[in-house]
Amino acid sequence: MIKINNISIRYRLATDKISSLKEYIIKFLKRDLHYHTFEALNNVTFDVQRGQVIGIIGRNGAGKSTLLKVIAGILKPYKGKIQVNGNVVPMLELGSGFDHDLTGRENIFLNGSILGYSKKFLTSKYEEILEFSDLGDFIDSPIRNYSSGMLMRLAFSIATVVHPEILIVDEILSVGDENFQRKSKNRMLELMSGGTTVLFVSHDLKQIEELCDKVLWLEKGNVMLFDETEKVVQAYHQFMTNNG
Amino acid sequence: MTNMAKRKFNFRKYGFLLEQLVQRDFKVKYRRSYLGMVWSLLNPLLMMSVQYIVFSSIFKSNIENFLVYLLAGITMFNFVSEASNNALISITGNAALITKVYLPLYIFPIAKVLSSSINLFLSMIPMLVMVAITGAPINIFTPLIFVNLFLALIFCIGLGFVLSTLMTLFRDVQFLWTIVLLIWMYATPIFYPVSIIPVKYSFIFNLNPLYHFITASRTILIGGVPPSLQTYLILIFISFSSFFLGGLFFVMNQDRFIHHL
Repeated sequence: MIKINNISIRYRLATDKISSLKEYIIKFLKRDLHYHTFEALNNVTFDVQRGQVIGIIGRNGAGKSTLLKVIAGILKPYKGKIQVNGNVVPMLELGSGFDHDLTGRENIFLNGSILGYSKKFLTSKYEEILEFSDLGDFIDSPIRNYSSGMLMRLAFSIATVVHPEILIVDEILSVGDENFQRKSKNRMLELMSGGTTVLFVSHDLKQIEELCDKVLWLEKGNVMLFDETEKVVQAYHQFMTNNG
Repeated sequence: MTNMAKRKFNFRKYGFLLEQLVQRDFKVKYRRSYLGMVWSLLNPLLMMSVQYIVFSSIFKSNIENFLVYLLAGITMFNFVSEASNNALISITGNAALITKVYLPLYIFPIAKVLSSSINLFLSMIPMLVMVAITGAPINIFTPLIFVNLFLALIFCIGLGFVLSTLMTLFRDVQFLWTIVLLIWMYATPIFYPVSIIPVKYSFIFNLNPLYHFITASRTILIGGVPPSLQTYLILIFISFSSFFLGGLFFVMNQDRFIHHL
C-alpha cells in the first residue's frame, strides 16, 4: 500500500530563508548564497499494508508532519523512493479548507472538491454529511457565525464521509465536546475496520495504544523503531523518562 | 489504473475543484454588498464617466467616439490589473491548504484569473449598450470582441503563473507590481490618443501587449470592422507565448513553493 524506501528530506534552515529580493540580490552579489541545511528525515524506510492503522510518535520536530507531507505528495524527497497506492485524504485542520463568507452548504462542496470528491458524490452524500454534523438549519448561514464546535463538526463530517483508501490524521481527534468526541471516535473506528489505511500522528500514547496496529517512532528524522504497538510504546516511554 | 486513465480522472476531479474555486471567489466578492453583481456593470461606467469629465476637453476632438474609446481601454486594463493582482497572491494566500493537501498548484492562479474574467465578460453588457447609444456600428463583426477577451484571458493566465511564482519566492513582488501596474497604465493609451506620442517612440506601444489588445477591441467596437490578420497573429503570439512560457516557469519552480510557504 505504502512503500517508503530510504527517503531523506532536507530543509534550509529558517535563519537562512531568503524571502526578500533585496536580501537575495545582496547575498548573490556577495556570493554568499550557500545554505545551512538540516535533514528533517534521514534514510527513512518502512512499509504499510492495506488496512493497517499506523501510529506515528516522536518528540516535537522529530519529522512526523514532514513524513505525512511526503506521503500526501506535497513534499518531494531529495533522495529515496516512495510508492503510494490509493487516494490519500488528509483530515484537514479546523477550517483550512473553508471560506468564512460562504454558507455551510457551500462549504461542503468547496471543501469536498478540495479533498478530491466529485460533484455527484457530494450531492448524493449531502444529507448524510448534514445529519452527522448536526447543524440543522444553520447549514444555510455563513460559517463566520458558527461556533468553533460547529465548524469542527462540519469539517469532520466532510472528511470522513468517504471511505478513503489512505487517511491521514494529524492530531485532531481531541477537539469538540464530549458528545462529538465519542461520535467521531466511533466514526474513526468504523473507518479503520472498513479497510482504510490510517496514518495517525498523536502525542496521546493512550489513544495510540487503543487504535494502532503498529507504531513508527521517529527521533530527529531517524526511525528509532517500527514494530508492534506495545513494544514501541514501551521503548518510547523508557526513552522519554531517561532523556526527558 | 493506466497512466492515461489516471490523468483523465484527475482532470475531471480537478475540473470540479476549479469550478468551486471560481464560484467561491465570485460569490464572496459581492456577498455583503447591497448592489452585488450590479457593481460589475456599474464600475466601468463610473470610471468611464470620471475620465470623460476629466479628459474630454483635452483629447475629445482628436478621438472618434471618445466614450467607447475610454470604455474599451478601461475594461481591458481593469481586467489585467484585477486578474494579475489576484493571481499574484493565489499561492501564498492558499498556503494553509497547499501545505496540507496534495493539489495541482497551477489550479490556483488559473482559478483567480477565471474568476476575474467573469467581471470582464459582464462588463461587455454596459460596453455594448454604450456602443449602441453612441451610434457606433453593431454588426456581424461585433462578436469578434469575445475572441479578444478570450486571448486576453490566456495572456493573463500566463502572467498569473509568473507573478504567483515570483511572489511565492520573493514577497517584495506584491509591492513592486503595484508600481509596475501604475507605469503600465500610463504607458498604455487608455484615455489619451496614440498620436500624442512622437512616432520615434511608438515602438513602446508595439512592445506593450495591452496596447494590441485594446487597439483590436477599438477597431471592432468603434470602427465596426474586423482587426487585420496581422493583428490576430500578434495577439495569438502574445497570449500563447505568455501562457506557455509562464506555465513553464511555474512548473520549473513549483516544487520549491512548499519551502517558502
